[in-house]
Amino acid sequence: MAITDAPKIITGRFSDPESHTLARYVATGGYAALRKALTMSPAEVHEEVKTASLLGRGGAGFPAGVKWGLTPADVWPRYLVVNGDESEPGTYKDRLLMERDPHQLIEGVLLACYAVGCSQAFLYVRGEMALAQERIAAALNEAYTAGYVGRNILGSDFSLDVVLTWGAGAYIVGEETALIESLEGNRGMPRLKPPFFPAAKGLYMQPTIVNNVETLSNLPWIVTNGGQAFADLGAENSRGTRVFAVSGHVRNPGVFEVEFGVTTFRDLIYAPVYAGGIQGDHQLKAFIPGGASAPWFYEEHLDLPLEKGTVDRAGSMLGSGAIVVMDETTDAVKACLRVVRFFARESCGKCTPCREGTTWLENILQRIHDGYGRTSDLDLLMDVCDNISPGIAWPPKQTTICPLGPSAVSPIASALQRFRPEFEAAIARAEEARMSVPVDFPKAAAHA
Amino acid sequence: MPRFTPENLTVAREIVGRYPRPKSALIPLLHLAQEQDGHVTDEAMAHIAELVGVTSAEVLGTASFYEMFKFEPVGRYMVNICTNISCQLLGGEELLHHAEQRLGIVPGQTTSDGVFTIEDVECIAACTEAPCLQVNYRYFHKITHDEFDQLVDDLRGGRRDDIPPHGTLARVRQHIPVERRAGNVTPEDTAIPVWMSATEEREA
Repeated sequence: MAITDAPKIITGRFSDPESHTLARYVATGGYAALRKALTMSPAEVHEEVKTASLLGRGGAGFPAGVKWGLTPADVWPRYLVVNGDESEPGTYKDRLLMERDPHQLIEGVLLACYAVGCSQAFLYVRGEMALAQERIAAALNEAYTAGYVGRNILGSDFSLDVVLTWGAGAYIVGEETALIESLEGNRGMPRLKPPFFPAAKGLYMQPTIVNNVETLSNLPWIVTNGGQAFADLGAENSRGTRVFAVSGHVRNPGVFEVEFGVTTFRDLIYAPVYAGGIQGDHQLKAFIPGGASAPWFYEEHLDLPLEKGTVDRAGSMLGSGAIVVMDETTDAVKACLRVVRFFARESCGKCTPCREGTTWLENILQRIHDGYGRTSDLDLLMDVCDNISPGIAWPPKQTTICPLGPSAVSPIASALQRFRPEFEAAIARAEEARMSVPVDFPKAAAHA
Repeated sequence: MPRFTPENLTVAREIVGRYPRPKSALIPLLHLAQEQDGHVTDEAMAHIAELVGVTSAEVLGTASFYEMFKFEPVGRYMVNICTNISCQLLGGEELLHHAEQRLGIVPGQTTSDGVFTIEDVECIAACTEAPCLQVNYRYFHKITHDEFDQLVDDLRGGRRDDIPPHGTLARVRQHIPVERRAGNVTPEDTAIPVWMSATEEREA
């Protein structure tokens, strides 16, 4: 089977300029899954999702059907929170899903709430995404008027209010417990889990299911075609299809929906139907396989299939589906600094190792990059990394409440392992310069 | 007096009514205040505190965590230039330097005519269109230096009606019709949802 034969489960309507309207959505089979689900029992709908083995698409990859089953049996009310606060560098599939197919997401929300027994849902969209908010608000208005959302949906006894709500610019709010805090009107700082696993104690300390936009967008197809049809696609540990955003030094950067396990990184980066290879006459230096927090991959990893198990075993992750490609002109120190600076800026400040550690990592890398590095800096970097993520192993251990701190460690560890000579050369240049100019490292430069 | 105007007060009350707990409306109300005045004022925060039943300090405590809320006047156009990894690889930093020179300000500052504020921002979720920027949270993709200059001229000359002034995020608001409204479910409503209880009866 050719790599391009995979069905477009969730991006099928993307090429249609009117794909965000109710009229186009219904004309292309929209809300059929909702009608079908209403003839089934909630438990049957849940069973279909379990059969599909749909993994959460937010980054951690936890099976959605299992997550739904973790709610305590007799505790009501339950809430559904849609995580549309996408901010990881490289990633932007969720924004496109919200802008181009908002009704598909709303239908997914309805199916999830019907199956789990949620009486109110909150659709949390990242603050900066004005168009996504506009499209979702318009779609919700249409859906309310047409009777797909609200009281007694399509004449059944299923009622649900879907409330559009939005953030105001904080990457950490993408973490599910931080998102819940934000939704309660607080600073978006993560909660310790356990005991606060949202499925047991989430929004207002009630059982809460937090699902990613892409996860929910898969549900209409699963209910329409059956969980087994979804499970038949993809690989053993990763069923179905996945949306990948390929960016950086490639000829045709873009967003592609591919089948898990069939397509390899090489296909995605080099095939003319996808990213089309490296720009100009350049060579691949490294690529980030799944969002800024993933350890880097190199030439020898190109033939790995896009599949959770294989990528995990190779020491990285598919995470948020963001692939950033770097060619040989890329300065490893600079790229590493930029990724670390992101985590330092976005640390919420709740845990000391992350708040202080990421800032130190940024400062040390900044001085190496600016030409004031010291020979001891590389050991110092690894020492700080070790204090945030003991052992610097993969998957990371953490001394913090959430994985943001350890996320800053992965790019440093992988860049240093592979490109140590580049770091050393930068430091050697600095040492030579210091021989001739007898001044110490100026403080201002460290914070520039 | 920059409290909510009567029209916005109606909107604000409707927003508060959508949540099981009034405090959950805090961030949407701060956006509404910013939409009205261009930035979040102390009076607006006091008014929000009144509406949701918390103290002004709690409102400030939440608001100050989030980057999008501005507590001082900013330019009519907030220009956010991305310099994160994908944009950096394709010239995002050079674009930022160009913008600094063109406008004569550094990130965080506003031009003397009050038209532009620039910010050096983290990923704005348009990585495959790098380098990119947002003007009042509307996207501009694969921006060259010439295109940036053109954009600045157009905005200064009032030729871009599609870009609303700072603070105005989504121009379409969610509207829940009274007859379709299913209603809030507060944590105290411990009744099992009708469609779930029907199933349990069926199974029993």
